Amino acid sequence: MKMTSLDRTLLLLTGFLAAYQIAIGIDQMDSVSITAYTIAFGVILVAGLLLIILGFEVLDAPIVVIISTIIPLALSLGLVWQHLASYRTVYLIFTIVSFLAVILTRSIVMQNKLPVIVIAITHGIAGMTIFLLPIILSAQGQVMPLFSLVGVGGALIGLAGLLLSFLKTGKPILSRDTIMRLFPMLLLLTTALFVAGFKFG
Amino acid sequence: MLAQLSITKIRSKLSLYIPLIKSLQTSLLLLTGVAGYLSAHTTVNWLHFWQMLPSLFFAIAGSTILNMWWDQDIDAKMKRTHKRPTSAGQVTREEVLKLGIIVSVIGIGWALMVNWFYGVVVFAGLFFDVVVYSMWLKRRTCWSIVWGGISGAMPILAGRVLAVGQIDAIGILLACAVLFWIPTHTLTFSLKFFDDYNSAGVPTFPSTYGEAATRFAIAFSSVVAALTMGWASVWIGVTAGVLRVIIVLSAGLFFLAVTTVFRPSDRVNFSLFKYASMYMLFAMLLIIP
Repeated sequence: MKMTSLDRTLLLLTGFLAAYQIAIGIDQMDSVSITAYTIAFGVILVAGLLLIILGFEVLDAPIVVIISTIIPLALSLGLVWQHLASYRTVYLIFTIVSFLAVILTRSIVMQNKLPVIVIAITHGIAGMTIFLLPIILSAQGQVMPLFSLVGVGGALIGLAGLLLSFLKTGKPILSRDTIMRLFPMLLLLTTALFVAGFKFG
Repeated sequence: MLAQLSITKIRSKLSLYIPLIKSLQTSLLLLTGVAGYLSAHTTVNWLHFWQMLPSLFFAIAGSTILNMWWDQDIDAKMKRTHKRPTSAGQVTREEVLKLGIIVSVIGIGWALMVNWFYGVVVFAGLFFDVVVYSMWLKRRTCWSIVWGGISGAMPILAGRVLAVGQIDAIGILLACAVLFWIPTHTLTFSLKFFDDYNSAGVPTFPSTYGEAATRFAIAFSSVVAALTMGWASVWIGVTAGVLRVIIVLSAGLFFLAVTTVFRPSDRVNFSLFKYASMYMLFAMLLIIP
């Protein structure tokens, strides 16, 4: 599917938002959180630029599965490191191990369902952390209510991930064209929610 | 009626002259000059700044026009360039030469009036581009691109010189970043239009050293460009946040460069070329306070 000027504009705006978040939105945090958020928003920024250059076809590349794992893993690590001090080490180990497992299971040809299971567990835990943690913290009053926007953004990016995953497995929920038409808007909305959540939360 | 006729004539001339200055390339080089000036992070001398823009523009445009004049025979043989007004015969060689000289003299003269040192650097850019790169080396050796790169690095150095009054280490680093960025552009073109350059008899890296070596050279120069830009940014004193963005963008460039070497394809090569251009554009915007 050919990318329109509107798609390119939306992706460029996504890139600008991600760059803003990296440059300004995460100052005053500790170094691990800054690193984790920089990686997460950095992948969004670079991916947005590559999509503009190469078009939607780039999403068919096998490496996309590995790269797209970085966003939820890094973002959830940043959140846990920032707000759940007692789980820091455990979650850091989970992040490293699960990322290595994704790389390994995607690099070796396997006949069983292990690669899918690894992806499901990784995205499941990281995605639920991004979705639930900001909402729970907001509900408990530990952070400002608008921090829950990060959770809403997490839900949206999870939705985008699900649509793409089902498409890749050959059982699409929506047609490829519809998903691609929605993708730039979903990515922009997700990034905007993340940035707003961090700024006002 | 007479006035309308002359307006139509001017318009038709302009429509032929504008392609001669390669507006996108000239704009990007002009932006590097602005970035070089503003990278000094000192109080802006607006009189200098507003004179730098037209003087640099005319000098860059002038050297591009003179290149078009000199390379008319090559351009006519290449599919990519044979429709240019010079090679298509829409403007005469003599006319292009006159235009190139006038525009160049305006640019260099204005630059020298603003500040003699700045003017000398601007002139060096034009001299390296027209005389050393195009006239002397382009048809003799594939290494001519180094001189093309040096001339392309002059606008950012000129901007810096105008702001700080000397050639300092940051200015040299910024110039090196542009110098190493330019091969990603020229070498990608020489791969993509391999047959064109061959038929025109222009020696290129792919025709001299082969495709693999060229891809490696592209990857190497983009990584060095990114590292140099990062180094310059640290010395300029950009904020930690801006530095993070530059590191992220550099990581993207590094990723594509490695992919170009280990999984070569025209598509990856093209994406590296495009990304490197975007990288340089954003890096220039980021070092401006």
